[in-house]
Amino acid sequence: MKETLKKYFRMNRLPHIWCPGCGNGIVVGALVRAIDKLGLNPDKTSIISGIGCSSRSSGYLNFDTVHTAHGRALTFATGLKLARPDLNVIVLTGDGDATAIGGNHFIHAARRNIDLTTIVFNNNIYGMTGGQYSPLTPTHSKATTSPYGHIENPFDITELARASGASYVARGTTYHTWELINLIADAISHKGFSVVEAITACPISFGRQNKLGNAPAMMKWQKENTISVKAASKLPAEQLAGKVVIGELYRRQAPEYTAEYQKVIDRVTGGNGQ
Amino acid sequence: MSQTMLVQGNHACALGALAAGVRFFAGYPITPSTEIAEILAKELPKVGGKFIQMEDEIASMGAICGASLGGFKAITATSGPGFSLMQELIGYASLAEIPLVIVNVQRGGPSTGQPTSPSQSDVMQARWGSHGDRGVIALVPSSVQESYQLMIDAVNLAERFRTPVIFLMDEVVGHMREKLVIPKTTPTIINRRKPEPGELPYAPGPDGVPALPPFGEGYHFHVTGLIHDETGFPTGSPEVTEKTIKRLHQKLENNMDEILRYDELHSADAEYLIISYGCSARSAEEAVRMAREKGIKAGLLRLISIWPFPSDLIEEKCARFKKVFVAEMNYGQVTGEVTKVLGRSKVQPVLRVDTQMITPRQILEAITREGN
Ligand code: SF4
Repeated sequence: MKETLKKYFRMNRLPHIWCPGCGNGIVVGALVRAIDKLGLNPDKTSIISGIGCSSRSSGYLNFDTVHTAHGRALTFATGLKLARPDLNVIVLTGDGDATAIGGNHFIHAARRNIDLTTIVFNNNIYGMTGGQYSPLTPTHSKATTSPYGHIENPFDITELARASGASYVARGTTYHTWELINLIADAISHKGFSVVEAITACPISFGRQNKLGNAPAMMKWQKENTISVKAASKLPAEQLAGKVVIGELYRRQAPEYTAEYQKVIDRVTGGNGQ
Repeated sequence: MSQTMLVQGNHACALGALAAGVRFFAGYPITPSTEIAEILAKELPKVGGKFIQMEDEIASMGAICGASLGGFKAITATSGPGFSLMQELIGYASLAEIPLVIVNVQRGGPSTGQPTSPSQSDVMQARWGSHGDRGVIALVPSSVQESYQLMIDAVNLAERFRTPVIFLMDEVVGHMREKLVIPKTTPTIINRRKPEPGELPYAPGPDGVPALPPFGEGYHFHVTGLIHDETGFPTGSPEVTEKTIKRLHQKLENNMDEILRYDELHSADAEYLIISYGCSARSAEEAVRMAREKGIKAGLLRLISIWPFPSDLIEEKCARFKKVFVAEMNYGQVTGEVTKVLGRSKVQPVLRVDTQMITPRQILEAITREGN
């Protein structure tokens, strides 16, 4: 690790608990580099996570951090951000955490367009509990709870976020590290609810069950099956079938919740609200 | 100048919260608690505070946890079914020692039950609703005036002991209109203690209560719902687990002198003692008066702080009685606790679960029956 980045980590909490080859560390590395790039004040930055493999990352990061209950990270973050709009609040969550148990909170945080940055670590599975299917598990995949092949349809987190009202939506992968850093930095800078889906390899709980090979093989999958927004825009729809589009997918300027609430305070106090 | 008004208990509760320094409310509408949200939606922005209606009760609890970590005094208000949904994060706030107040204006249950009818059937839910063993404070007001005053205490106790406090109202107290006198003197306000330099975030002080720094001031501390040591970080250690669980109880039990609240009416010379609380205590009070008119020496012990259960108080106050009556509007939730202390033969329940207010006559009849 670069010496200058060490200050963002609780070095005494490392090494982390993640399996060898897990992509979670790459996403956390990208987040820290994005924070560094933006020069965020660590005292004014809070990291809030849910429950699951990726959500353990809050404990490794040297900020004010909360490891909440399963699916509830966005609710804590909403309360903290509304109470303290002066803080940068970043939410780290997994695919199951964000879209199953936390699905309702996810769409409503997006709908409010509250200024939070949510990074969804998408490993397509429940890793920490040993490989049960999540709302992001691709149809026909194997999971410990779909031993005969998964028959449900997965969510597309980015479409879900956009349709619900998020004002910045992006997708990256752990293979495209530098781009992921930039996407996260853009998401944090964006005023409003921003979502970055980070596709990350879980060789242990997802990869093994689905015979996807080791960690490098899963990274290779990310490389070969993704296409940048720019490249995708030039291709006809039929050539995009099976491809995962990465990059900044959506951005709009829209009224942000805490700023709108401040206007209410200003209105009722005649500008004397604290 | 003091201010006098005619308001509902729910209204008084909201005003008490404001007086106590509450500046954040998150909630989800549910009868019969909704007025608390409505009043705070209107009043909070006037004092620079924040109100948010969340997507459900779980989210409301999460939001007040987050706001409290941000240094705000935060509350939510709900009723039975919503209270059930909140239990996950009430447990979280207990273990992570986040100060909050949860108002539960009780309705009849189980399930959606009787939404607009009075009930006191969440006494045990307040104690045991959340998973795991944890300490808990619950306060029960009996009048509109008390809803105001006691709410200030509830917020103060939450800050003082870094714990969620359950404010256990009932439909009758919540919706009844009475005179509320807001005293002109500003109430005593307790603010959470910040750690001294070098003090660990979850290191308990001599009273068992750790200091809680707000987010955004450079402490960089970690909050988790996992069992954690004094640094705030998770540990699997059996010793730390035992120590933590015990401390969550003991920080309250060892400070009962600060938490215990009760009221007595004619108990000194009483031959018959009624134990009651909340709206039922109003009927019990009237029953005492009616009994006295008939020459029966009845008295009342009204519980105001109901958790931690005041077992020592009950033991002491009831020692000289052959029989003690417990009047409540449920299937015997406090009756069971009193029985634990006094034994079955000594306790006579006076219960009501048919959505109707327990009446003074019902209580009086129980006493008279016993006397004959
Ligand atoms: S189970 Fe999967 S996601 Fe979890 S730590 Fe292991 S590799 Fe990573």
